[in-house]
Amino acid sequence: MEQPVLAVLQFCVALVLAPLVPGIVNRVKAVFAGRRGAPLLQTWYDIAKLLGKAAVYSRTTGWVFRAGPVVGLAGVIVALGVLPWAGSGALLSFDGDLILLAGLLGVMRFVTIIAALDTGSAFEGMGASREAWFSSLGEPALLLGLAAIARTRGSISLAGILGVTSFAPGSAGGAVILLVIGALFVVFLAENARIPVDDPNTHLELTMIHEVMVLDHGGVDFAYIQYGATLKLWVLGGLIMSLLVPRTGQWYLDIAAAIGGLAVVAIATGVVESIMARLRLVRVPQLLVAALAMSALGLALALMNNPPTAALNPPSAALNPPSVAR
Amino acid sequence: MILLPVLLPAAAAVIAFIIRAHLPRRILLVAVAGTHAALVGWLWLEPSRFPPLGAWMALDSLGALFLGITSLLFLVVSVYAVGFLRRESGSTSADPEEGFLFDNTPEALFTACLLGFLSTMTLVTVSRHFGLLWVAIEATTLVSAPLIHYHRHHRSLEATWKYILLCSVGIAVALLGTYFIAAAVPRGSGGITSLTFDRLIERASQLDVRWLKAGFLLLLVGYGTKMGLAPLHAWLPDAHSEAPPLVSALLSGALLNCAFLAILRILSVCAAAGLGPFGRQILLVFGLVSMAVAAGLIIGQGDYKRMLAYSSVEHMGILAVGIGLGGTGDWGALFHAVNHSLTKAALFLLAGNILAAYGTKKSADVEGALRRIPVTGALWIAGFFAILGAPPFGAFSSELAILRAAVSSGSWVVVVLYSLLLAAVFAGMIGVLVRMAQGGKPSAARAAGGLAADLPAATARRREPVLAVAAPTVLLALTGGLGIFVPGFLNRAIAQAAMLLGIS
Amino acid sequence: MTLWIESFLVLLMITSLWLLGSSRLLSCIAAVSVQGVLLAALPLLLGIDAPPWRLFLQAGVSLGLKGIAFPLLLLRAVRSVDARREMEPLVGYSLSLLIGVALLAGSLAAGVRMPLPAAGTPVLLVPAAMFTALTGLFVIVGRRSAIVQAMGYLAMENGIAAFGLAIAEQEPLLVEMGTLLDAFVAVFVMGITIFHINREFDHIDADRLSTLKDSP
Repeated sequence: MEQPVLAVLQFCVALVLAPLVPGIVNRVKAVFAGRRGAPLLQTWYDIAKLLGKAAVYSRTTGWVFRAGPVVGLAGVIVALGVLPWAGSGALLSFDGDLILLAGLLGVMRFVTIIAALDTGSAFEGMGASREAWFSSLGEPALLLGLAAIARTRGSISLAGILGVTSFAPGSAGGAVILLVIGALFVVFLAENARIPVDDPNTHLELTMIHEVMVLDHGGVDFAYIQYGATLKLWVLGGLIMSLLVPRTGQWYLDIAAAIGGLAVVAIATGVVESIMARLRLVRVPQLLVAALAMSALGLALALMNNPPTAALNPPSAALNPPSVAR
Repeated sequence: MILLPVLLPAAAAVIAFIIRAHLPRRILLVAVAGTHAALVGWLWLEPSRFPPLGAWMALDSLGALFLGITSLLFLVVSVYAVGFLRRESGSTSADPEEGFLFDNTPEALFTACLLGFLSTMTLVTVSRHFGLLWVAIEATTLVSAPLIHYHRHHRSLEATWKYILLCSVGIAVALLGTYFIAAAVPRGSGGITSLTFDRLIERASQLDVRWLKAGFLLLLVGYGTKMGLAPLHAWLPDAHSEAPPLVSALLSGALLNCAFLAILRILSVCAAAGLGPFGRQILLVFGLVSMAVAAGLIIGQGDYKRMLAYSSVEHMGILAVGIGLGGTGDWGALFHAVNHSLTKAALFLLAGNILAAYGTKKSADVEGALRRIPVTGALWIAGFFAILGAPPFGAFSSELAILRAAVSSGSWVVVVLYSLLLAAVFAGMIGVLVRMAQGGKPSAARAAGGLAADLPAATARRREPVLAVAAPTVLLALTGGLGIFVPGFLNRAIAQAAMLLGIS
Repeated sequence: MTLWIESFLVLLMITSLWLLGSSRLLSCIAAVSVQGVLLAALPLLLGIDAPPWRLFLQAGVSLGLKGIAFPLLLLRAVRSVDARREMEPLVGYSLSLLIGVALLAGSLAAGVRMPLPAAGTPVLLVPAAMFTALTGLFVIVGRRSAIVQAMGYLAMENGIAAFGLAIAEQEPLLVEMGTLLDAFVAVFVMGITIFHINREFDHIDADRLSTLKDSP
């Protein structure tokens, strides 16, 4: 199958299957708790229900509040387009696109925060400030981790990093990859509001972080937010999974393996959520700094193993307009 | 044969621990001390009877010098110890400063640790291998910790904790330094015997200079902590002020010297490798810093035992300055080591007497020692003059020798700093001395506080046990004698030892 | 075999970071014991030139002491002192971790520059050893609890022992024995002292042991 078609195919598969991830997480938690749990397709039902409802807007909000969910969803959809999660090229691919990925996630976070602040409510403001604090610690971890794997794999485009097939635990780059995966997993949990950083099932506003920021959204807006959250799970989980899953070169095997890998990430999240309790808020920065330390260690090792060459070749496609598919 | 001075006290330590009765144990202590001193004396007279043990242990003139000081000091202190233990052992005393009751360590453990201390210090002087040297110094730390913790109360525990932690960290750094020295040995010719002094000096030109320099620095920091060089001296004042006086005497008089010996060993290796000037310069800086810190903390020091401890820091600084200058300074430093040990030990023993008589450690509360405990008072004055470098005591000659070396080195900064700091310490200590020795009526505050003696008896003469006074008398007489006349054999020994330090 | 060494040394560095960042005493003890286990296995992986039975004996003794005996001693000390609560350290945990990262960068930069005596030693060994020793020293300086200070001392000894392995050529065993002896006796003595300290003071806050000082 040709590249552009593959890229569009994996993009569409992600769009359709993304709500499965929270379903798997919840099912794992239910199994641990001895319940039957909600059906795996529950998130689709929820989104469909919300799409049919009307939203109520408070008089204190402005256009920012309405724009927030839409812009956030747009951002994460573009991020999905940049990530070649099934190893066969993404919709949008160029040198340095891993910075774009981090930036788009940042945009999504930003509009959520300002939409929350726009409500003028104390609860949302509190959640927004916590979110800003934790993500300011998590983002360096993410960026340093990406830098480490870019240095190890020798490429600064996601297609180059995630498209390769080799991962040998004993090899020189193996230690770096393992460290970065550890750090990225913590960032994954933090960004997606999972235990031990935030409890998605809590009903107390004072203990919420992400939930409370979107407390006032309803109807279609909330559907966008829910869907965007599942896409974010897919993007970050896909990043982690792609570092581990070997590529076979056959597109259908690759996609199947990638979906399997994401399911494993979802199961791991479910297990972590079931066996741990949420950390005290003062401990969360320590956890994120620990992730930062691991990323930094990975970067230091990557730099040691592959020292930067004296003459840096200019990125080949930096000045060309980004191609649709490589 | 050379193992005998090491093993004899060690075996005696085990026996002392097992013996139940006090009197046999004390006799054993003095007997072993005497035998050890006799062995060392024999060693000085007939060194050929003590052949080296492979490449690991041998006694050269530097080691013999320090061994002699240690052994003599231990003999004198052991005699004092008998009196001390008779008085203190098994009793529950009241703390003079805070008034609570405390126990003392069981005498068996104390005596065993004392003998173990002698054994390990002997091992330091005879070892010819850096690894063995390190083990010996580590052993001295571990064995002396229970000695500091003799009086079982919180202050001595605090002092012991600081001592253990700081000295252990220092020893760990010294271990890393030893490894660095091992790394300096050229590739392929390693092996454990390569760390002996002889082989290192033999191959000095082949050693990697970078590793050697870094190793020297680490060893200086590590062993300097044990020696009491500022700024690594933080354990010294606490340990000396809380330990019983005879332990302080041994620490200041013997243990600091052993750490100094270790530093001298690495310096001689460096000198053979051409790093002599580098090493000496660093020692000079450390020495001056130590003198400055000590001077700063002596002035206005209210506790006379702490003051003696800072004086030890100062004198260790003088030793470092002497070695740092080289030439006559080497001779001066080694001679000063002898004098300082004798004098400082005497002073600490006398401080113990004063503490027993007055029950306070604050110098402000001690007055009229000449009247109350006249022998101790007179010796106290003599001891102060000795430690401050006044003639006719030995320290005068040694400090003068170091000053001469400073002048001949041409560095006026060093001369000025050295003299200034000596003068500052003199000024700081002399005032305290005068008040402690002279002084008249007991202060009203002390009488009103009334923890120590009662008012009518305060000025009365106290009985001074012979054993308590004999030891300091002997020591001070020796150092006084050395000031007037240095016997030939000692002069030769010191000159020989100084030659081992290599060219400056 | 040598391919796994790098991951091994990375694990060693992670245990140092673990010690820096953990606030619970039991977590610190776990970090130090894992470090001990890793160090016990290190001589086996380095391919040192010595008869296999000696290597295994050394590894066994090292494992027994560092992996089992020391943690047990420390656990006993913790239990006798009954100090589960975390004490506010002199340097906060997040800051400690960041300083740890800085120390790591420094060790890596300096460690790769030192010329190694033996030909086959992995490049990461000297930086990992330096980092572990520096971490131990930092823990001693930056924490209040006397037990954690003792653990920092153990970490420092571990780093120095690892360094010894890097440079000892024909007789690494003697080197290892030296450090083992050192650490063993030190922990023993420290354990006893901590016991006494707790009995006297009712706490093991070394920062509060400040009765003896020169009042300015």
